[in-house]
Amino acid sequence: MKAAVVVFPASNCDRDVAMALERANGRPPAMVWHGDASLPDGLDLIVLPGGFSYGDYLRCGAMAAHSPIVRDVIARAKKGTPVLGICNGFQILCETGLLPGVLMRNASLKFVSRSVTMTVEGANTMFTARYKPGQKIKLPVAHGDGNYFADDETLDRIESEGLVALRYVEGCNPNGAARNIAGIFNGKRTILGLMPHPERAAEALLGGVDGAVIFDSLAGALP
Amino acid sequence: MTIATLTHAIEHGLSEDEWKHVLQVLNRAPNLTELGIFSVMWSEHCSYKSSRVHLRKLPTTAPWVIQGPGENAGVIDIGDGDAIIFKMESHNHPSFIEPYQGAATGVGGIMRDVFTMGARPIAMLNALRFGEPSHPKTRHLVAGVVAGIGGYGNCMGVPTVGGEVNFHRAYNGNILVNAMCVGLAKTNKIFLSAAKGAGNPVVYVGSKTGRDGIHGATMASAEFDDASDEKRPTVQVGDPFTEKLLLEACLELMATDAIIGIQDMGAAGLTSSSCEMADKGGSGLELNLDKVPCREKGMTPYEMMLSESQERMLMVLKPGREAEAEKIFRKWELDFAIIGITTDTKRLVLNFKGETVADIPVAALADEAPLYERPWTEPERPKALAELPEPTSISEALARLVASPDLASRRWVWEQYDSTVMADTVQKPGGDAAIVRIHRTNKAVAMTCDVTPRYVQADPYLGGVQAVAENWRNLTAVGALPLAITDNLNFGNPQRPEIMGQFVLAVRGIGDACRALDFPVVSGNVSLYNETNGQGILPTPAIGGVGLLLDVTKHASIAFKAAGETIVVIGETKGHMGQSSYVREIHGREDGTPPPVDLKAERRNGEFVRGFITSGRVSTVHDVSDGGLAVAIAEMAMASGIGASVAAPATVSRAGFWFGEDQARYVLSATAAEAEQICAQAKQAGIAAFVLGTTHGEALKIDGEDAFPVARLRQGHEEWLPKLMAGA
Repeated sequence: MKAAVVVFPASNCDRDVAMALERANGRPPAMVWHGDASLPDGLDLIVLPGGFSYGDYLRCGAMAAHSPIVRDVIARAKKGTPVLGICNGFQILCETGLLPGVLMRNASLKFVSRSVTMTVEGANTMFTARYKPGQKIKLPVAHGDGNYFADDETLDRIESEGLVALRYVEGCNPNGAARNIAGIFNGKRTILGLMPHPERAAEALLGGVDGAVIFDSLAGALP
Repeated sequence: MTIATLTHAIEHGLSEDEWKHVLQVLNRAPNLTELGIFSVMWSEHCSYKSSRVHLRKLPTTAPWVIQGPGENAGVIDIGDGDAIIFKMESHNHPSFIEPYQGAATGVGGIMRDVFTMGARPIAMLNALRFGEPSHPKTRHLVAGVVAGIGGYGNCMGVPTVGGEVNFHRAYNGNILVNAMCVGLAKTNKIFLSAAKGAGNPVVYVGSKTGRDGIHGATMASAEFDDASDEKRPTVQVGDPFTEKLLLEACLELMATDAIIGIQDMGAAGLTSSSCEMADKGGSGLELNLDKVPCREKGMTPYEMMLSESQERMLMVLKPGREAEAEKIFRKWELDFAIIGITTDTKRLVLNFKGETVADIPVAALADEAPLYERPWTEPERPKALAELPEPTSISEALARLVASPDLASRRWVWEQYDSTVMADTVQKPGGDAAIVRIHRTNKAVAMTCDVTPRYVQADPYLGGVQAVAENWRNLTAVGALPLAITDNLNFGNPQRPEIMGQFVLAVRGIGDACRALDFPVVSGNVSLYNETNGQGILPTPAIGGVGLLLDVTKHASIAFKAAGETIVVIGETKGHMGQSSYVREIHGREDGTPPPVDLKAERRNGEFVRGFITSGRVSTVHDVSDGGLAVAIAEMAMASGIGASVAAPATVSRAGFWFGEDQARYVLSATAAEAEQICAQAKQAGIAAFVLGTTHGEALKIDGEDAFPVARLRQGHEEWLPKLMAGA
């Protein structure tokens, strides 16, 4: 798998996700600077990491969605290159329109950092192939704006097409997200955006390996 | 240029004697810019004029200490070419006036102190003290400070992994916000602040200079009164986004060999950074203030020199390396300006619009700043505690204690801090010490902040000893070898002899404990004048300690791991109740003498316990501190959901046994066979050890009392702070 991680000013999970990819894939991903005009050729996976791109100014992800490199991310995504957006990366994907909906301030109006139990709803994808359908997993969240929102029509469509990837277990929703949504796919299931941080749950020593499964699934699906 | 007078000097916080000293140094009257420079450099905050003579007595060396106090932060060697750089610093006064920005810029400032030396910050901790929970300002201050710490640290992508929070009426008018940053560097890539040589370019990088924070250092050196809220314009405003860029840009430049010296612009901004760099380098500096990047038009030299705008650095580069450095800072979209050169005159010379606006010998501002040996008195010692009635139910008293302001869960606080970013956090907040792995290795550092202010108030010397001992014990309890500390000494007005007495004795206690435990002080910060309307805070010398785990897979945590294990107490339980949490919460009194600390026993017991952790024989350990054995057991149960059956021997009073705060104690749990061996080995080593009971079920059974469900204990423990913050 040839992967690239896009680094925006104030991305701060770029190194963490690079480590998780390296662990699953045996080699480190390319790190691509936000000011570059294009991504390397022949990529199997593009990762938009967590952080506070452009200081979260204006709106989380809004400025990154208009950065030079993201034009190429959008073009490649539309041609079918898989994209994984984690936390701020998910916010950016929503801002670009590659994924529907938006991420609003947490309902508590406070930053939330904790381990959350969620259900894997969409298990037959390149991102989730190695989970059992309906498997309960624990992943850390750490965000101030993870409150997923879309209009009812959109939410109904996402649900009916089976595009909810991860759903917080009832009572564990950390941010007020509509229908407990923690992560969603695009229609072709080539793009995954999620608020929790699988890259921080990729080692038993750090409290769990439930997140490593996403990277193992990708490494298996995109040789 | 206006020539300054004595009236100006007094307005700037200088005394009449200090004004005379200025006249003598310059051999003329200063202008207002020069007076401003003297006033901040000679402020308590920058000059440590009341504290320096005492701080010199602290032990600061050990074979593993690379850099002790005097630089931006302390540096210790953790082997394999790795160094840990750390320091704790206060931002008390700004945080009281504007809690979000005050706390946020406190975090930003201490991070700069660490990365200016070449380290990537890998962990943050903070020690917070607020007024009584019912005080009308407390909720506003807690909410603002916690959001500010999170807002800055989370954006920086550095995990906030530990700290402590206390509530006490003595902080009603003067909260304490102490932030500690721990960074990782290579031992051969440590950057110091000395501006060596003549003719080298002096470079300004980071944010532009604005009018914010002018006179922050002077404010931090004065008492508060009811009009203190009007000082809000002196509080700086932070921008963690710029700081994150500054961090990455500095580390990128540091990977080259272009830098001679580098120093962050913290308190007293451009003034203190330029003076300190020149002083340490034995050089002079000539700055052209027309070149300073400014946020607003028309800024005067006075404003530029005294601004405390955040996210700025001053560097001296090797000549010819400017273009290479500029390219890096431009890539990160930061300001980069060559604002002067180093000279051999040992003077700070400032030019502006073709005129010399200041010309001051550097030594007068730095090393030769005033130094006071302030008079001090021994505080009155409290009487020993009179005998207390026995409680009717230990379990009920315990439930009240774990739900009391100082012992209730801090989850509401630390869930607002990103504690897992960087993906190396092995032990999150809630244990005895946080553990963060050294990236791509099997080593880790353990970190904790500790002090028990009520002990220091009752007996400053003993309180100082205890703060260090507890810190050492907390690091030991996770399996780390304690290496060094940073101290953040928060006290009242040093011009009052009884306050100075607290300071002198507490520092003496810290020094003695550090010597006995081979635990030197490598950095620190002094915050005096923590008073409002003449009411001082509890003396609060917060200790931040760092320890090393050579094999991170062998560490301990407080949660019981399994039912059916044997619980063992290491260390002697005498039932010392003076100044205990129990006496305060259950009897409503802060009475008696604090528990004595036997540093030899502390060391012996700690080394004994650590050996079991590092050999992988024990992984459940908790130190015994506030609330005594009962609270320690309750915390181990609440962290796991596993209950226990425990019983006191009949040797001391029940209340004293369960809630006394005798020092040098640990609670362990292990298999029955392992526990038997531990007790046998303890006996051989002359260490007190006894079996307290076993883990089982989901309730605590104490001395045969009715079983008390762990879930009920936890409910009270978890509920208190969220309820307070919701105004319920």
